[in-house]
Amino acid sequence: MPNIKINGKPLTVEEGTTILEAAKANNIKIPTLCYYPDLDIKSDCRVCSVEIVGQKGLKTACSEPVWDGMEIRTNSPRVLNARKVLTELILANHDANCTACEKNMNCELQTLANTLGIDENRFENVLEERPLDTANPSITRNPNRCIKCGRCVDVCKNVQGIHVLDNMGRSNEMEITPAYGKYLSDQECTFCGQCSSVCPVASITEKDKSDEVWEALHDEDKHVIVQVAPAVRVSLGEEMGARPGAIVTEKMVSALRSLGFDRVFDTDFTADLTILEEGHELLERVKEGGTLPMFTSCCPGWISFAEQQYPELLDNLSTCKSPQQMFGSLAKTYYAKKEDIDPEKLHVVSVMPCTAKKYEASREEMRVDGENPDVDTVLTTRELGKMVRQMGIDFDELEPSSFDDPFGITSGAAAIFGASGGVMEAALRTVSEVVNEEPLKQLDFEDVRGLEGIKEAEVELGGNTVRVAVAHSLSNARKLAEEVKQGDSPYAFIEIMACPGGCIGGGGQPYNTTNATRQERIDATYRVDSRMEIRQSHKNPVITTLYEEYLEAPLGERSHKLLHTHYQKRN
Amino acid sequence: MLENILKEYPRQEDYLIEVLLEYQKQKADRHIGEDEIRRIAEHLGVTESKVWSVITFYTFFSTRPRGENIIQICKDVPCYLNDGNTVQRTLEQLLGVQVGDTTKNQKFTLEHTSCLGHCDGAPAIRINDKTYTNLSVDKLKAIISEYRGNT
Repeated sequence: MPNIKINGKPLTVEEGTTILEAAKANNIKIPTLCYYPDLDIKSDCRVCSVEIVGQKGLKTACSEPVWDGMEIRTNSPRVLNARKVLTELILANHDANCTACEKNMNCELQTLANTLGIDENRFENVLEERPLDTANPSITRNPNRCIKCGRCVDVCKNVQGIHVLDNMGRSNEMEITPAYGKYLSDQECTFCGQCSSVCPVASITEKDKSDEVWEALHDEDKHVIVQVAPAVRVSLGEEMGARPGAIVTEKMVSALRSLGFDRVFDTDFTADLTILEEGHELLERVKEGGTLPMFTSCCPGWISFAEQQYPELLDNLSTCKSPQQMFGSLAKTYYAKKEDIDPEKLHVVSVMPCTAKKYEASREEMRVDGENPDVDTVLTTRELGKMVRQMGIDFDELEPSSFDDPFGITSGAAAIFGASGGVMEAALRTVSEVVNEEPLKQLDFEDVRGLEGIKEAEVELGGNTVRVAVAHSLSNARKLAEEVKQGDSPYAFIEIMACPGGCIGGGGQPYNTTNATRQERIDATYRVDSRMEIRQSHKNPVITTLYEEYLEAPLGERSHKLLHTHYQKRN
Repeated sequence: MLENILKEYPRQEDYLIEVLLEYQKQKADRHIGEDEIRRIAEHLGVTESKVWSVITFYTFFSTRPRGENIIQICKDVPCYLNDGNTVQRTLEQLLGVQVGDTTKNQKFTLEHTSCLGHCDGAPAIRINDKTYTNLSVDKLKAIISEYRGNT
């Protein structure tokens, strides 16, 4: 193991580590900007420059491996000055109107400038203003704030394999844009929002809809209800200063009540409903020789990806709407009728870990009356965090409370929808019991859990062994989709989630999401499940009542009208 | 024409620059348009963003139609320090167009380029495949009139 010195302090570090990793392991902080855990090393910004004794130029700590005898200075006057100049140059080509920015106080560039003691910029600002891309319902791209760190390109190209964003032009004229300098919506963007999740500044953000929600909440004529996705309860805590993996379900419900929502409901309820519909759809396809393998359809990023890049596989997609949209259509019909509310006066808000959900809610086919959207406004976890802070709510001090009836009773199977493998596991918990006609002995399907890119499992169904697979991140989804396209997929059922780790790692989740945070949120998700009294969707008594009262049977006529959809090729 | 070139190349990202060079060379107005980018991307199995990124990186390539003669002014530091601005001003005056534009008679397109590798002879320009160094106003006038006469 190499012996090195950092700022005069002798250290023994792991072979093959970079200076940045060695420093971090020894609690020595080197500032970074383009560096992001789990992504490629880019050394674009050069902010992590350090001095190596005996060498002429400065080296970037993120990319430079250590060697035996290396002496590093991370805070010599030369290093500090270089970092300051570099950061001032970045700021000189940046829309640095910080108080008029979504990420004020939550911006990596602002924090860096503050850390380096930049209180005035010696360089004149040379920014040439460019138009914003606001042409889609999910994501806003503001090129005037872009600092060209390249994280969004990396995540779009390598993690998601979509490659909508790239560096265009060269030198001081280089910009990061979609092809032809056009809009995201002109290209095959799925609005997964992973770019917004890793952007260190506010150049790529979710399209903020909190004002629309405030307006509805303040409108006395409106009955405003909210649904919250499974993945939000294990991540909202981070927005409120808690450690990753904190479960904040009951405080979150109280916070939503404090914001003024008339009813606080759980998307987990329609996740249970999804399992009933999707499970029966799978069984019907198997029994009647329908198109197999069947893909899950809960993830709008995946749906867009399939519609754009695999139109030949659209018959393989489950026709089930996502839980968000099942909730929306039930709210505007069943709930409105039951509560005697004019659907026109009912405003449905959803809180999602996802930016693509904003696009999903805006789709033409997601309107039961053919006109008004079933889900009126979609907020991300981050936007909810912002609203709670705006209201001056002391989150830690909130009294815990529970979701409202009737969409508040849920199962553990629904709770795990947010983690990659969760929809598959939830489906298997129900399908195996229905087919095998005996209680399932082991409810945990460990094989489909965790952060491995593609996971497989075998299950016994009615005497047959059936193979299933799970993929998360679109580059892995592509591998399974290609297999199906070539006709050599060995699976009967495939779950796809577009974001790494599933919805818990969604593009609308709190900033600074890394694989370590993803794992914490996943662990929390399975803790939520293990504490639930009911852990299988078909055992949810309210689901049974809903079928008795309204829907009749899974895949019935009313289900088809309200809970299922169709797909089309899109360019 | 594009199809004839594409059929010579397999579906492999490695051939992108070769395809672009070959196609641009054969095309009269020496530029690569959006529809062609779409087709090249599809053939090589890369994204349009990738092709757009490569084309906009290399000053050899253009996404706008160009004239008969492509004049590229070096805008890197040694040329800048050796009064490269005068070179640009002189050429703009002589041709009556700004950098990025083409003369009305389609004879000349004026562009910037990054370093031509002739820093010892700064300021430098390139016209088509030929490089001219140690430029002065008079020298530029002579060069341009030569191209006007010859073409």
